[in-house]
Amino acid sequence: MSIAAAIGDTLQEEHQPNEPKRKGKWVPYLLMLPGMLWLAIFFVVPIVSLFLTSLQTPVPGGQVGEFQQTFNFANYWDTLSDSTYYIPLFRSFVYSGIATLLALAIGYPLAYAIAFKSGKFRNLLLVLVIAPFFVSFILRTIAWRQILADEGPVVAVLRSVGLVGETAGVYPSAVAVIAGITYNFLPFMTLPIYASLERVDPRLIEASGDLYAKPFTGFRKVTWPLSMPGVVAGTLLTFIPAAGDYVNAALLGRPSNTMIGNRIEYTFLSVNDYPTAAVLSFILMACILTMVLVYIRRVGTEDLV
Amino acid sequence: MGKELSRRRLLGALAASAALAGCGTQGAPGETGQTASQDPNDDTITWANWTLYLDYNRKTRSFPTLEAFEEETGYTVEYREDIDDNVSFNGKVAPQLARGMDIGYDLVTPSDSLIAQWIAKGWAAPLDKANIPNAKNLLPELENVAFDPGRVYSLTYQSGFGGLAWNKERVPNGLRSVDDLWAPELKGKVVVLSEVQDTVGLVMLAQGVDIDKPFTAEQFMNALAVVEEQVDSGQIKQVKGNSYKEDLINEQAWAAIGWSGDIFQINAEEGDKWEFALPDTGGTLWSDNFFIPSTATNKAGAEALINYYYRPEVAAKVAAWVNYMCPVKGAQEILAKTEPALAKSEWIFPTEKLLSQAQVFRDFTPEEEREYTEAFGRVVQA
Repeated sequence: MSIAAAIGDTLQEEHQPNEPKRKGKWVPYLLMLPGMLWLAIFFVVPIVSLFLTSLQTPVPGGQVGEFQQTFNFANYWDTLSDSTYYIPLFRSFVYSGIATLLALAIGYPLAYAIAFKSGKFRNLLLVLVIAPFFVSFILRTIAWRQILADEGPVVAVLRSVGLVGETAGVYPSAVAVIAGITYNFLPFMTLPIYASLERVDPRLIEASGDLYAKPFTGFRKVTWPLSMPGVVAGTLLTFIPAAGDYVNAALLGRPSNTMIGNRIEYTFLSVNDYPTAAVLSFILMACILTMVLVYIRRVGTEDLV
Repeated sequence: MGKELSRRRLLGALAASAALAGCGTQGAPGETGQTASQDPNDDTITWANWTLYLDYNRKTRSFPTLEAFEEETGYTVEYREDIDDNVSFNGKVAPQLARGMDIGYDLVTPSDSLIAQWIAKGWAAPLDKANIPNAKNLLPELENVAFDPGRVYSLTYQSGFGGLAWNKERVPNGLRSVDDLWAPELKGKVVVLSEVQDTVGLVMLAQGVDIDKPFTAEQFMNALAVVEEQVDSGQIKQVKGNSYKEDLINEQAWAAIGWSGDIFQINAEEGDKWEFALPDTGGTLWSDNFFIPSTATNKAGAEALINYYYRPEVAAKVAAWVNYMCPVKGAQEILAKTEPALAKSEWIFPTEKLLSQAQVFRDFTPEEEREYTEAFGRVVQA
């Protein structure tokens, strides 16, 4: 049942004939008030401010970081046509796309195993999935440097099987950045999928077997479609923050692995070019929004909660 | 920074705020006798500095000269190693400074170029020299710097050189020129500073351009193109701020464009493995300066701290540990008694000959600052 339908039901129940009509009319609005206020103060206002910043131009002859409010929409085109901005932007989507697929490939079996095969260890395994959150994000990412360092265990193994040359390494590289993103966002993929799978009635899977479906067909026709809400939620929760992430690229990447988040950070904090940084933030937002809309349309959201 | 220390400082801060809540009045900053300022409302000094830039006792996890200052004056110093490079530090605090909002620091020690910008923007609190009698110990050659004639707003904290650093085991033949960094056997083993003045500056010097005199944008871009080529080819593994020394320590990098004092300190801490030299075409010379932002909440405290570090005996202790150039008269004589070898170190008390091998990068105009920082960003974030 969708949220809208649920709210509709509640409203209908409130409109019982013998109930005074006025009572409770404002309740839904009052309930929404904190959320709306939150959105207005922490989303709408900053967005408007960011948009205005993105149209500013430097004060002629001014100091670094001095800008005046104009409505210079050319900022957008100037930024979009600059390869040092659109290449990292494109790279961000490639990295976060690969990381999302990897997280799905790792997270789905993991969630499946926890939901169906873990028995009494289920809670323990769930705790283990979120256990990394007890350690700081930054520390965990820095730990990957040690893991992937030239003298570390990963490179030693890869060298012994000849996958990595004697002088080449894994950190810093695109591989390290993608590995870092995958690792850092894995719980965001696993938990929604687990939540979906956990609600799948095992009798449905049994029924598919009774109807002569092979285990794989049963999975394809029953389990997978029923877990779709979790898969969609998981991919969105992974892809959207990963596309804007800059910590992994900063800590695990080389200059040629720069993502758009790093460009925004540098443009904002080092160049002090606030309009360009704001333009980049808006473009990033627009790209993500478009991709998410296309994705949701294709996958379908009828049964998503 | 030591846990116990932070906790003690936290308690101090809590006590201070409790006292503030109790009496409800804000004590005026002490105008007379800075050391006597025992006003509990006003006894914390927050100082933003670079890493490896103050004498540190590994065993007690404390900064001995800073502790002595706290004991002597009753001030509590919140010492933060928050500066990784000048541009990113500027980016973090500039928006607040522009609005006149407290940036949380009473004392900062960035480099000349940033101080010049901040003075031009009017973000400086003039130093009250009555509170800093020891300012007379400043070396005469540092008294009239271009960005702050007569030292109204700033006093040198340390100066140092940008040059070549290398791991002696991995690079047994050493490095003599900037071009040696681009040798095939160092591919992917070089880290350079994210400080434009040092990294591009060294390459410009190698190309025969004087960085202390007016140069053209083309000359700057030519040098930047070399950095770009080496970044693109993978010769340069990373471009980093003060944290480049971690890469040297864990041998992710074997050679670096780095800062003089850092290399002596990691040698002292991690075993004598590295060497530092100015390239034969010349190195960079820079200074970091004590500076009180106009938004400081404890100006008198910050001045007391500056005054303290301008005592020759304290400056000598810091110099012995950080191995950067000491700006304080009389420190060399004191060091000659306690650590004669260091008193002879030309990295701390440079000879005319060494100074002649280094140049101070000239100040950028705002347009150049914008253009060059952006261009540098394009290279280091390809």
